[in-house]
Amino acid sequence: MGAKQAERGSPGRATDDAVCTVRGLVKTYPAARGRRGAPGAAAVRASDGIDLDVRRGEIFGLLGPNGAGKSTLVRQLTGLLRPDAGSVDLLGHDLVRHPERASRLVGYLGQESTALDELTVSLAAETTGRLRGLTLRDARAERDAVIDELGLAAIAGRPLKKLSGGQRRLACFAATLVGERPVLVLDEPTTGMDPVARRAVWAAVDRRRAERGATVLLVTHNVIEAETVLDRVAVLERGRIIACDTPTGLKELVGDEVRVELVWRAEPPLDVPEVAALRDAAHESGRRWSLRLAPAEARAAVAAVTGGPAFAALDDFTLATPSLEDVYLALGGDRTEGLVKG
Amino acid sequence: MTAVSAEVVSGRAGAEDPARSEGCARPWSDGDGAAPLAPRARLLPALVAVYRAQLSRARVARIPLLFVATFQSVGIMVLMRGVVDGGDEARAVVAGSSVLVVAFVALNLLAQYFGQLRASGGLDHYATLPVPPAAVVLGAAAAYASFTVPGTAVTAVVGSALFHLPMTHLWVLVAVIPLAGAALAGLGAALGLLAPRQELATLCGQLGMSAALLLGVLPAAHLPAPIGYARDLLPSTYGVEALARTFDERPDWLLVAADLGVCAAVGVVSLAVATWAYRRAAVR
Repeated sequence: MGAKQAERGSPGRATDDAVCTVRGLVKTYPAARGRRGAPGAAAVRASDGIDLDVRRGEIFGLLGPNGAGKSTLVRQLTGLLRPDAGSVDLLGHDLVRHPERASRLVGYLGQESTALDELTVSLAAETTGRLRGLTLRDARAERDAVIDELGLAAIAGRPLKKLSGGQRRLACFAATLVGERPVLVLDEPTTGMDPVARRAVWAAVDRRRAERGATVLLVTHNVIEAETVLDRVAVLERGRIIACDTPTGLKELVGDEVRVELVWRAEPPLDVPEVAALRDAAHESGRRWSLRLAPAEARAAVAAVTGGPAFAALDDFTLATPSLEDVYLALGGDRTEGLVKG
Repeated sequence: MTAVSAEVVSGRAGAEDPARSEGCARPWSDGDGAAPLAPRARLLPALVAVYRAQLSRARVARIPLLFVATFQSVGIMVLMRGVVDGGDEARAVVAGSSVLVVAFVALNLLAQYFGQLRASGGLDHYATLPVPPAAVVLGAAAAYASFTVPGTAVTAVVGSALFHLPMTHLWVLVAVIPLAGAALAGLGAALGLLAPRQELATLCGQLGMSAALLLGVLPAAHLPAPIGYARDLLPSTYGVEALARTFDERPDWLLVAADLGVCAAVGVVSLAVATWAYRRAAVR
């Protein structure tokens, strides 16, 4: 398993423009006792020695499958959870000793909206601003500005509960932006959003970064989004960071491999020797074969399936350069279903 | 302090990023390197903000429940009318039914609300804002106590008419509702935040309300001794007693004040416990 450690910088010393420096973070959830008949859950090491540096003004992503420890890490960075060991330095403040300071440095968008569900969009934003220490006047001014910016004016008077999942998420994001903070921590901000709302979110994030130098820490499942918006990304697996680089840099890790997808009409023509040979390298799911091959091999494979007798059995095929998902698989992420939520 | 050089800001693509930003001037970092903290929300404005937000929830979620609370109390009085005719018992029934509305909303519903908020992770929202815990607890408790005002007043007036009791001193509700409200809402909040599971919070809230119903509405003289002690332990009892005393032609205001004083004391203690429980529940 390619346990490449997190950072290029020397561990133990934060680079000068680091906004967030994490060293040796460990968090173990204790074993749960079983209830009558049901077996108890074993103790889980949700953060297993995490080192991390997030630099000023970057959009930093945490990518990983369900249960990899992304949310646990984020909860420790926002002061919601106390680590068992390790240090978290956010803008010069020790968050392990002073977790309450996180709320004065970070705008946090969690996954849950229950605290705001029965409020109207506009009151949710205003109240959140008030609770971030704004005066009534400032809270209202910022509320109006954010509602405008995100295109929420039409639904500003409706309770979050009555909105669709994506709209509700956007409303919560609006609340996160009221009361400016130098760091934004967003836990899957665009879940359920339509493309227009997504674009509004990324435009708003970009604006805060460009105009005010905000730093953004983003938890995501969505590999495609990660590729387009992130400056750097850390891949988590079982509480460890197994890689950390720019999306491009990570993709270079898998070299120049090409992904070949073959979809058969029915049964794959295993009587064709080239096809039979490909089968060993293929990840099969139903009629679909997925292969990672060197460019020459990929060319040969495509020639074999599109030229000879195999072509009759072929329904479709695609060739693609590696995605972050391939990176994840190549890094030894042993869950073959990949990163995207099912 | 949030300004950052254009080079750092504009660069987003490419693996060269880290090298590039080194050596840039960083207007952000000041002397000791620690960034200034945003101001904390002060207690009173935060409390008002939470209170307003909670009140607005009533429009969406609470109104049907307020009707239920009032109908329940009026229904009980109608039922008891066949059994009780005037005197101390009638006072106990009317006072008990009125305070029952407070128990239903402030204790039962608030316990459920906090239990649900805690179970669903909704407390994270408040925990990641620089808001004093007391503001969240007191704001919610005050809002739930306010929800009980119409129901309690309607019940007291209907009850007085039903049992031919004087309404002269019903103004005392102005003190009874907030003080009994503080005691019961504090208890409800503490139960909701301390219960290890949401179902237990709901159960505790329901049990508390049932106790307030049985021990408040049934005339004390008829209760067996141990249940009488339980009655003395329940904070709603003192709200009931205070209200019942004011149906006298010349109420003993000292005793009324003493009863309300117990409510106030329980309110202070239970709200303090609830605030502590909130702090504990918010950071794990």
